Amino acid sequence: MVQMNIVQAVNSALDTVLERDENVVIFGEDVGYFGGVFRCTDGLQAKYGLHRVFDTPLSEGGIASIAIGMGINGLRPVVEMQFADYIFPAFDQITNELAKLRYRSGGEYWAPVTIRTPCGGGIRGGHYHSQSPEVYFTHTPGLKVVIPSNPYDAKGLLTTAVEDDDPVIFLEPKRLYNGPFDGDHTAAAKKWDTHASGEVSEDYYRIPLGEANVVTEGSDVTLLAWGTMVHVAQAAAARSETSCEVIDLRSLLPLDLEAIVASVQKTGRCIIIHEAPRTSGYGGELSALIQEECFWHLEAPVQRVTGWDTPFPHTLEWEYFPSQERVMETISRTMENN
Amino acid sequence: MPEPPARPGEKPDFSQLKLPKAGEAPRPPVDGDAADMRDLAFSLVSVLDPKHKAVGDWDPKLDADTLRTGLRHMMLLRIYDDRMQTLQRTGKLSFYMKSLGEEAVAIAQGMALRHEDILFPSYRQPGLQMVRGRDLVDMMCHCISNQRDNVKGRQMPVHYSWRDGNFVSISSPVGTQFPQAVGAAMAFAYRGEENVAISWVGDGTAAEGDFHYAINFAAVYRAPVILNVVNNQWAISTHMNISTGGTTFAARGIAYDLPSIRVDGNDFLALYAVTQWAAERARQGLGATFIEVFTYRAEAHSTSDDPTRYRPKDEWKSWPLGDPLERLKAHLKAIGEWDNKRHTALEKELNELVVKSYKKAEEYGTLDEGPYPPTSTLFDDVYKDELPHLRKQRQQLGV
Ligand SMILES: Cc1ncc(C[n+]2csc(CCOP(=O)(O)OP(=O)(O)O)c2C)c(N)n1
Ligand SMILES: [Mg+2]
Repeated sequence: MVQMNIVQAVNSALDTVLERDENVVIFGEDVGYFGGVFRCTDGLQAKYGLHRVFDTPLSEGGIASIAIGMGINGLRPVVEMQFADYIFPAFDQITNELAKLRYRSGGEYWAPVTIRTPCGGGIRGGHYHSQSPEVYFTHTPGLKVVIPSNPYDAKGLLTTAVEDDDPVIFLEPKRLYNGPFDGDHTAAAKKWDTHASGEVSEDYYRIPLGEANVVTEGSDVTLLAWGTMVHVAQAAAARSETSCEVIDLRSLLPLDLEAIVASVQKTGRCIIIHEAPRTSGYGGELSALIQEECFWHLEAPVQRVTGWDTPFPHTLEWEYFPSQERVMETISRTMENN
Repeated sequence: MPEPPARPGEKPDFSQLKLPKAGEAPRPPVDGDAADMRDLAFSLVSVLDPKHKAVGDWDPKLDADTLRTGLRHMMLLRIYDDRMQTLQRTGKLSFYMKSLGEEAVAIAQGMALRHEDILFPSYRQPGLQMVRGRDLVDMMCHCISNQRDNVKGRQMPVHYSWRDGNFVSISSPVGTQFPQAVGAAMAFAYRGEENVAISWVGDGTAAEGDFHYAINFAAVYRAPVILNVVNNQWAISTHMNISTGGTTFAARGIAYDLPSIRVDGNDFLALYAVTQWAAERARQGLGATFIEVFTYRAEAHSTSDDPTRYRPKDEWKSWPLGDPLERLKAHLKAIGEWDNKRHTALEKELNELVVKSYKKAEEYGTLDEGPYPPTSTLFDDVYKDELPHLRKQRQQLGV
């Protein structure tokens, strides 16, 4: 085990899969010689050669569609979209083609493509470097959607995603790349080296998709989160007098409904926390599932703490970003329903 | 796999460029047939010769005052850029992008147009605002994200919007503005107005689908639009050899039967002349022009970038087309309309203007200290009128 941040963990996963499977190819904007604007592919072109790790023209639609063609013809592409905000020029190729290929061909064709992309806010990136577009993809049958919250999970989940024969949208919360972030932007930036999940094996390992992780155990309210919000939820739970159980979903699709149901049946209360806007956010889906599965166990309405229904702002970022305080207030409100 | 001519540690190499002599490219009549001017897509229109004289058919024959105005705008843009970049390092801005080495693009092209012509720029043409007389204080208030930022702190710095200057809001997703400019041009034509629309994208961006939508629609509807690809050789770390299959960018316009011209982007006079030609053609109802502006991105892509990781450190010094500002200055001197004394005085004046403007802008706050636009503005402008669910969210936030 060595200390890694998420950038290094992603790099290590890619290194491992390139080494193990000669069908793996990596490409995207600035990922080759330069190693990516977040440096996730640093050194891989030098190690594996120009034909396996390469730069592409600036065209997300091009990147996605070329990946599909390669996937159809036996390769296993892992592509990078420079920011999740820039995935939309590829939307048609991803949602109409990549997602539906297996189904529409009666199972004859598929493309095992992994699309990595940095998502989420907290870096003063304004609306075009901060979005969390997970629901566009969870809403599209045929795609898997994965989002790690720490280096250990990032490597294990990415390895599994690449080896999966279905297409996977792999979201990397960019605010977590270099250290955990609990929403307190006034505190000094932390590094992963003091965090238990910053210990990562340099060897090959996998974490199955669809297994949530209970990161904090508790008895009174369940907090569901993914990506950066896992850390915000944990910090709020630690400050709250209520006993909170925090679950890191890790994978939105497949979803570990069993873990969610087990927890909510125990606590009787649930709060869902996500950065993306509230309306039609994944919190709505989870909330519906919980009332279907746990209605008779609920002591209070399921609540959501989310980004507002506005584009992600630049200057007023911290008024937008779901804070520990908003989570704690919601915990109190949920507990009032006694 | 394509590669750039030189990487860090190697000698800059521009030997792949075949650059014709200044004045060599012919100037076709404004109402000429696109099929008769295809050579212009492979040539390079330039007017300033090595002795700094204006030569050839494309010389726009500008008077000395206009040339001095152009020089002034370019100098102001460069000084402004330097100042803002320095302030970014001290935390007053979250981010910045310079135009160094390609100042002539916004300045000369902007000056060749009329105020009513609508601009759809990328983040690399802020200089258009200087041409159209925007108050520097307003530009700075946007960049330092204070309470007077006219886009209300919604966007990162350099994503200006300025309706009074017909300068349309800049978006980060590259290339989206290109086909929008075609639509704006069609709206002018629909109303029977003589105005034109103009847009710019980078060499990298010319790989996006939006680029192709734009030139196709522009050709199909003969829209009064000027579509420019600013080929500054680099798209962050991606050299233009990795953006295009070999021929010039300008050559792409030929396939759509558009007049397609490649122009020396560091030659103020050539840029002015080509833009004026294209605007005249559009105003006469003869349709769109496609321009490749050939230049070099002398600075980092942005303050988040470190170009020494992917290109030779001193590559700009070897750029065969020189520095646009120095070239215009040398021309003005060569025709006896400028001297070092006046230059130094102007530099001082513009430096003072920038410093004074920043002092004023800072009075309204900065990103590191505030004050910011009021929190309630977070919910404004999502729709024309606030919808009930947003009102509720605003109340939840207590504003
Ligand atoms: C759709 C989209 N994809 C990726 C990016 C990230 N990005 C910003 S600028 C840039 C390079 C643009 O290069 P070029 O078009 O040559 O313009 P230049 O910066 O050289 O003016 C990239 C990849 C983006 N802003 N939008
Ligand atoms: Mg460029």
